[in-house]
Amino acid sequence: MSTTTMSPLLKARNESAARSLGRRRKMVDSTIKWLCLIATVAGLFFLASIMGTLLWRGLESLSLNTLIAEFKPTSYGEDTSAPGGLRHAIIGSLIQTAIGTVIGTPIGLLVGTYLAEYARGSAFGNAVRFVSDVLLSAPSILIGLFIYQLVVLPMGGFSGIAGALALAIIVIPVVVRTTEDMLQLIPNTLREAVIGLGAPKWKMITLVCYKAAASGILTGILLAVARIAGETAPLLLTSFGNNVTSLDLSSAMASLPIAIYQQANSGFPDLIQIAWSGALIVTLGVLAINIIARFVIRGRH
Amino acid sequence: MQQTITAEDSAIPAGGAKRRTGSFGDKLFEGLCRGAGVLVLLTLGGIILTLLIGGLPAFLHYGPAFITSDAWNPVEDHREEYGALVSIFGTIVSAVLAIIFAVPVAFGISFFLTELAPEWLRRPVGTAIELLAAVPSIIYGMWGLFVVVPFVQVYIQLGLGEYLETIPLIGFIFESRSFAGTSLFTAALVLAIMILPFIAATMRDVFLQVPPVYKESAYGLGATRWEVVKGVVLPYTRISVVGGIMLGLGRALGETMAVTFVIGNANRMPQSIFDPSTTIASVIAMEFPESLSGSMKQSALFALGFLLFVISFLVLASSRYLLRSRLKA
Repeated sequence: MSTTTMSPLLKARNESAARSLGRRRKMVDSTIKWLCLIATVAGLFFLASIMGTLLWRGLESLSLNTLIAEFKPTSYGEDTSAPGGLRHAIIGSLIQTAIGTVIGTPIGLLVGTYLAEYARGSAFGNAVRFVSDVLLSAPSILIGLFIYQLVVLPMGGFSGIAGALALAIIVIPVVVRTTEDMLQLIPNTLREAVIGLGAPKWKMITLVCYKAAASGILTGILLAVARIAGETAPLLLTSFGNNVTSLDLSSAMASLPIAIYQQANSGFPDLIQIAWSGALIVTLGVLAINIIARFVIRGRH
Repeated sequence: MQQTITAEDSAIPAGGAKRRTGSFGDKLFEGLCRGAGVLVLLTLGGIILTLLIGGLPAFLHYGPAFITSDAWNPVEDHREEYGALVSIFGTIVSAVLAIIFAVPVAFGISFFLTELAPEWLRRPVGTAIELLAAVPSIIYGMWGLFVVVPFVQVYIQLGLGEYLETIPLIGFIFESRSFAGTSLFTAALVLAIMILPFIAATMRDVFLQVPPVYKESAYGLGATRWEVVKGVVLPYTRISVVGGIMLGLGRALGETMAVTFVIGNANRMPQSIFDPSTTIASVIAMEFPESLSGSMKQSALFALGFLLFVISFLVLASSRYLLRSRLKA
């Protein structure tokens, strides 16, 4: 008898317990949802804050003069004298980035090819893949120290070519990663078809596989260019920076990131202004290359 | 009949010759590829070797005390003395703090991008977060110096510092002696923002690899989205998630320019997280260009570089080990 009188009570209690548990679960779920939304907004806010600061401070003094004028020591307080520019740094950056890319890309391409086409699963291949991945994230300033010992000391001074070599070492692992990934996406039936026609393996790779993976490989190269265009730390120890336009690869060479670093820390408002313009140029360039790289790879898939 | 046989006969040596050139090309190309691979190995070996050789005089002169000493006196007389303790401490503390700040936010972003966001929003938001990784380190440094440093100064050190200081037992960690705004804390904050996209991207990629059937069965039992992530997605991906965090840690340890701008570059032991400090990478960036080749100072900087290499190599190697299942997929 007692059970029949208890059971509606018990049922009611269970129901209310279940309802409150359900409410709590829903509340936890929606709290976490909101926290995640806040985290995402925070991430986007950081990007917006960086871009906003760069545009606001950079556009203020960005003019044609900034692009074509040489460095000038501070003229703070004298309104009459023309402000300096970043021509030396832009030219230096273009030269070093170009040479670094030209040296690093073929090596990275060959290593990526080796990993994807020749060394699948072999111990040597795994070692190369591991080392390349470590180099991809290794502190870039250590690459600067390495080139300092290897090139700067024997040459007897800082030089543009040393800077370009340091950048080339940074290019290699970026290109290796994308080349290997892209070559591995190619279906084996395509390779078998080419081999079946009697073509040697190297022709299969260079004429067919590279063509099939071209957009991916190009993306990798563009990402590598974007990476080294803003690289500062290794250049500090290799090409050092220079206040005049120099095309001589055997002497110290200016670069945009180093010029930004020196002028931002100079303490003079007019030089800091120029550093902001330089920062805006570098960032817009790097982000533009990144976005182009994304379109290149999306265009195919 | 006779004619076809001769045609075949003459075709055989021609085909053979062709195959020989093909195999020569094959050997050459494979040799080139293998050689490039060897070059990559040599580069890493060269980096280790040059750092060790450069640092050898300092290691030999100071012995193991180099790592445990907090002295840094570059004055070139009998008081000249170098130790690595301060910069090793600064490197590890700033990187670990950065991980503590970045991981919850990165998790939030990857949860949002894989489970919560509507389809049309995922790609643009994901791209924007990835672009955060493309911004050069020097830009983070400048932005940090002119935007984050004043923010920390006014709103965190002045605004929150007083309350944090009074927490029993651990209050001293938050004590402010320097109000310049450049500190271990600011460096960790900027580092956290820099490594955020790396951790978030890894987490998002591994979350997407969870077989939908697992998630669907949990949803079918009535689980909420958070319960699905907590009970299915995280247990399934936890090793790769830790690998992604280690990848971020490896990046944070070696970051140079951004840290140099905001850490204050003080080579003395910090007492609280609002004290200026230094890291191995920023000591090298600040002092190496002005050191004389062959001097003890330069050797000490190489020795620091070697220690940084060892630390980040261990972290990156373990990250790669943990992420190996993802790399295979």
